[in-house]
Amino acid sequence: MKNANPMWKFFCSVKLTIVLLLSLAFTSILGTFIPQNENPDAYIHAFGPFLYQFLSVLGVFDMYHSWWFQGLLMLLAINIIVCSIDRLKGSWKLIFNRNPNVRPERFTRRSDARTLTDKRNIEELIAAYQPIIAKQYPNCEVTRSDLSATIYGEKGRLSRLGVYIVHLSVILLLAGGLVGSFFGFEGFVNIPEGEAIDTIRLRNSGRIHRLDFQIRCDNFSMTVYETGTPKEYRSSLSIVEGEKVVKQKEIIVNDPLHYRGINIFQSSYGKLPPEQMQPKNMPQTGPQESYTLNFTSRESGLSYSANAPVGKPITIPEGLGKFVVMAYEADATFRGMDVGSALTGILTPSKGEAVEILLPLKFANFDKMRGGDIFITVASRQQEKFSPQSPDKERYYTGLQVTRDPGVWLVYTGFILMISGCFVTFYISHRQVCIVIDQLKKNCKVTFAGTANRNKLAMKNTVEKIFSTIKNS
Amino acid sequence: MTSSQLLSISTFVFGLAAFLYLAALIFKKPRLTQPARWTVMAAVVVTTGGLLFRWVESYQMGIGHAPLSNLYESLVFFAWTSSLVYLFMEFKYKKPLIGAFVTPIAFLAMAYASLSPNISDRIQPLVPALKSNWLIAHVATCFFGYSAFAISFGISIMYLMKALKPDSAHGIISHIPKLDILDELTHQMVLFGFLLLTAGIITGAVWANSAWGSYWSWDPKETWSLITWFIYATLLHARLMRGWQGNQIAYLSIVGFAAVMFTYFGVNLLPGLHSYGKV
Ligand code: HEM
Repeated sequence: MKNANPMWKFFCSVKLTIVLLLSLAFTSILGTFIPQNENPDAYIHAFGPFLYQFLSVLGVFDMYHSWWFQGLLMLLAINIIVCSIDRLKGSWKLIFNRNPNVRPERFTRRSDARTLTDKRNIEELIAAYQPIIAKQYPNCEVTRSDLSATIYGEKGRLSRLGVYIVHLSVILLLAGGLVGSFFGFEGFVNIPEGEAIDTIRLRNSGRIHRLDFQIRCDNFSMTVYETGTPKEYRSSLSIVEGEKVVKQKEIIVNDPLHYRGINIFQSSYGKLPPEQMQPKNMPQTGPQESYTLNFTSRESGLSYSANAPVGKPITIPEGLGKFVVMAYEADATFRGMDVGSALTGILTPSKGEAVEILLPLKFANFDKMRGGDIFITVASRQQEKFSPQSPDKERYYTGLQVTRDPGVWLVYTGFILMISGCFVTFYISHRQVCIVIDQLKKNCKVTFAGTANRNKLAMKNTVEKIFSTIKNS
Repeated sequence: MTSSQLLSISTFVFGLAAFLYLAALIFKKPRLTQPARWTVMAAVVVTTGGLLFRWVESYQMGIGHAPLSNLYESLVFFAWTSSLVYLFMEFKYKKPLIGAFVTPIAFLAMAYASLSPNISDRIQPLVPALKSNWLIAHVATCFFGYSAFAISFGISIMYLMKALKPDSAHGIISHIPKLDILDELTHQMVLFGFLLLTAGIITGAVWANSAWGSYWSWDPKETWSLITWFIYATLLHARLMRGWQGNQIAYLSIVGFAAVMFTYFGVNLLPGLHSYGKV
């Protein structure tokens, strides 16, 4: 740092860190008192048009993404990087030196160095003391010269790296956030039961985003406790690619669906207003000359598809009889309930009597409820689950949060490093102790001292303890 | 014996402990800290029992969950964690008079939980958002952190009192431990609190990511925990600079605790997701 340029010096300083951290703290408060990302009308109402203009230019209504807040974070990042590089240059040698050159004066000159004299000679003293130090400091070295010797022990040197790990983790978190905001998205979508969508609305911009697949909500259910408070929201979702269902899962809050880097979360729900009770884009097919039918055998579970011209009986596989489509009805009813457009047909099983059956176009599993050996569905683009309750049964939509964040792994790595780095920094210290033995005329002078890079109070006690062991050995 | 009975008893035991510590300080009878310590231990035991019973009772009601789900339970848990952290500190550093500045906080939390008409002590079912294994990890880490900060707040108050007349040989102040010891203890508590607050924010973020797909959404409670974290990070760095010792650190630790309190209670006045602490 001595010959560094002023810019480097500026970013090295811990004073800047304090200013930045406090500025971040104070500005963050602002955003908790002014609700963020509300409707502009709400702000105009609260602040008046002029103040609204002013504040919105300053980005106060989306302040955590404003240029100045992001700028503060950027400065903090530069501060951390510059400061860490600068300090690491100094401590790298200290941390990674394999053969530390121990200068005994560093210890003997300490004001808290303890001394004693002993009649034994140097070798005897080394033999007596070395095990004491080595027991606590496995990294223990004895150096001898003519009339003196040192026994040096240290431990926890790598803990000096802890603080760099903490600072690195802050950088990773910021980087992860950046990656997420550039390459990820966060959106939401409401899907009525039985319908499928492939577009979501992005939360920040309000823009529409198209997914590579469709999300279909097969069912939504909600349970409540006796008190009436909600207990569980559950959506059965299918991921549809092309015409195929590639994944199915029932999601609840805290148990999302993950598919190809995209996460789908249960987030809200609602009732559809009555006019939307019928899906809007019902197939306006009208009568056709033939229909594609699917036959599913109850016994084998297998499905067969067949083209059935109106009025011509076709044979059902597995020897399950014959079926003929009789007519198309635009507004069929079933037990007094409107089921929309439907086919009527006659099923003649191989044994037993012929039955007339109704196949509503939009309810795929309607015929299943008949409970026969076979159930028939009309293949059509828009189908939904039929629910046999009352005609004015409420229809729900499920509210899903759909996100993608390729920066999460950076953030999680940052989390792990931050916790472990803090732990190491706070609770492990680099401790060094040194015994210096000097041969005098009649006896030996023994000097003992120790240092730690942090938690010096605890080190003082340790030094005290070791010294008394030395004295009594 | 039900959990509510146990917890009402523990409120009184906490009150007694606070009384004994304060009496030891005010009447200059350090010997009273001996029974005071035993009383805090008793309070911890009774509260532990109360919390465990409550856990079991919730299962008997068919809505089993850890007793960490509403304001009442969190206040009780706060009293429990702060007395545990305090006992650990007293055991390690042997400065019992600090209890006079800590146990009243635990007692106030218990008293507020049991006596405030706005706080329901009924065992309530969990709303869907809270049904997660992360709940325990998140709440436990946060509250141990809050407790450490509460204790460092208490010690900082002592520090500022002592700093008025550091060399006085008479009066209450003379019984307060020396300034450098108080400074060291504040720092130790802040370190512990910072570690746990960090862990609390992280577990919260991981939970949020697994529950609704974003680890950070600037909701007021999240933001306030981050503000608190910034303040304590400032404190840690301020100590590294020459000239920032003693009083300034004590003030910062008091400001930090104010931020903790706002994160805990004040945020409910603001709009957001953590309806959790609402009365
Ligand atoms: C959010 C951002 C930051 C966090 C969470 C953070 C965290 C920490 C922690 C936990 C410590 C250890 C404190 C202690 O020893 O008591 C520390 C020390 C330190 N930090 Fe930071 N820090 C941040 C930003 C910065 C920045 C921007 C600088 C740039 C100058 C910086 C410089 C230092 C220095 C010089 C130390 C002392 C290292 C030592 O003891 O050898 N920190 N930081």
